[in-house]
Amino acid sequence: MTEGGPNTLEAERGVSLWQDAWRRLRRNRPATAGLVLLVTLVVVAAATPWIAPYSYSAQDLEMGAVRPNLHHWFGTDQLGRDIFTRILYGGRISLLVGFCATGVSLLIGVLYGAISGYAGGRLDSLMMRGVDILYALPFTIFVIILMVFFGRNLVLLFMAIGAVEWLTMARIVRGQVQSLKHKEFIEAAYTLGLSRRRILLRHLIPNALGPIIVYTTLTIPQVMLLEAFLSFLGLGVQPPMSSWGLLIKEGVETMEEYPWLVIFPGIALSTTLFALNFLGDGLRDALDPRAAKD
Amino acid sequence: MAKFIIGRVLETIPVLLIIVTMTFFLVRLAPGGPFDAERNVTEETRRQLNEQYNLNAPLWRQYTDYLGHLIHGDLGPSFKNSSRTVNEVIGAGFPVSLELGLYALCVALTIGLAAGISAALRPNTVRDYAPMTFAMAGICIPNFVLGPLLVLVFALWLEWLPVSGWDRPSEKILPAITLGATYAAYIARLSRGGMLEILSQDFIRTARAKGLSEARVVLRHALRGGLQPVVSFLGPAAAGLLSGSFVVETIFQIPGLGRYFVQGAFNRDYTLIMGTVLFYATLILIFNMAVDVAQACLDPRQRRA
Repeated sequence: MTEGGPNTLEAERGVSLWQDAWRRLRRNRPATAGLVLLVTLVVVAAATPWIAPYSYSAQDLEMGAVRPNLHHWFGTDQLGRDIFTRILYGGRISLLVGFCATGVSLLIGVLYGAISGYAGGRLDSLMMRGVDILYALPFTIFVIILMVFFGRNLVLLFMAIGAVEWLTMARIVRGQVQSLKHKEFIEAAYTLGLSRRRILLRHLIPNALGPIIVYTTLTIPQVMLLEAFLSFLGLGVQPPMSSWGLLIKEGVETMEEYPWLVIFPGIALSTTLFALNFLGDGLRDALDPRAAKD
Repeated sequence: MAKFIIGRVLETIPVLLIIVTMTFFLVRLAPGGPFDAERNVTEETRRQLNEQYNLNAPLWRQYTDYLGHLIHGDLGPSFKNSSRTVNEVIGAGFPVSLELGLYALCVALTIGLAAGISAALRPNTVRDYAPMTFAMAGICIPNFVLGPLLVLVFALWLEWLPVSGWDRPSEKILPAITLGATYAAYIARLSRGGMLEILSQDFIRTARAKGLSEARVVLRHALRGGLQPVVSFLGPAAAGLLSGSFVVETIFQIPGLGRYFVQGAFNRDYTLIMGTVLFYATLILIFNMAVDVAQACLDPRQRRA
């Protein structure tokens, strides 16, 4: 930073870390587009019952499997159900699973990583050894077994996916906490007589928020992908409910005759994953400029 | 180096034991048994079936029996395919999955490395942005979307390649691309990042200053360090290739191990599930180990860890 340059002037006006990050994010076109698309999707998903043109289970056998047209933008399936409507409802489930399961993984990963990093010493190496072992387990396979044997309900799906995806988050938070805990402001807090719990929750974790947000944004697409994968194998959401993975599975079965049944749900899923990944990359550049780009 | 390898081998034994125990009890404690779904089975037959497969013994006894057989490499009979043992099922399915996985890995490495390295040599130009946009697409289009799309375009509309099967070479092209695409994308991103970092270092400038040709600088000096991230990615990639094969084998109707595993899970075929999970886990552990050793060879600093 040069003396009297634009950065110094802004520092004098007091640009906080978050304002600065927000400015950097807005300058990143793909990330902004991703953010806008994502907000739109969430709003549409929330409003689906009011804006969907048809009912998601309404069958109209006269209209079985028609091509996309003015009335049915994305066509209908063999039972005459409107694909556009089903994609809207499926998106609700896909997004819900994406956010909730990420929430579960966030909770486990942040707490585990923060405790491990803050405790240090033996407990730390024991906890991290545990993470190493879990990394080596073929988790997708366990999730499949879990879903087959314990019924296919949504809550279990969140839990199972969340329990799989927390490992990397734990590692990242541990690293952050480890480097923060010897900083002066933590020593000051300690000297003031704050409890360890309070230091951890009020001072250490909030200061590691940047990388946590970045990695959360990058976890959501992974979770949605896993949900879609399970639904594709017939292990996720069950009909008549729909999710994008399930729609793709149904579409693949009849794609020779009715290709639009697989194309539109596929586009919906891929576009959302695009948006989330671009946003995650953008957030990483904005919040954590030093992080290596992979 | 030998000590390093032996240490890593010994570490895998407790991990495998944890996996056996977890899977065993997860599968047995779940509601429903392997013969519940069968109709036209009298109470008497069911008892006989349970007797035959040692399901009436106390749980701990079944567990120790299973471990006893396991030590001898015997994974037991398959409950649902009564004529075959689990060892036979794996022996029939695995070579097919392995072949598919190797083709996919070739696709991923060739495309991924070429795209990533060439992008790193001309950063922030069209030759960087174009392949990296493709790489992003490869990450965002899951294999169960890509597979059907490829079939739609190349098999059904253009009629260049067959829809499914696993006999002729032409039938293996689409599955290999479907399975390899995501990994090609990740490898492209990783190798670009790794190469960019290495190429900005002092020893590369020195090599250029010595007057070495660009090809020599890249091939002899930069690749060794620049490909580190790719090497460490190969461990998780192998695991991913295995679970990816569940989907690809289903889409293209390939008689590989992935399909047997999914069927086994649906049928509650205890021994088949246990056998395949163990087999997959062992493979993944071996692969992770090989990656660690490879990394230790490339970067001596890691041998101490």
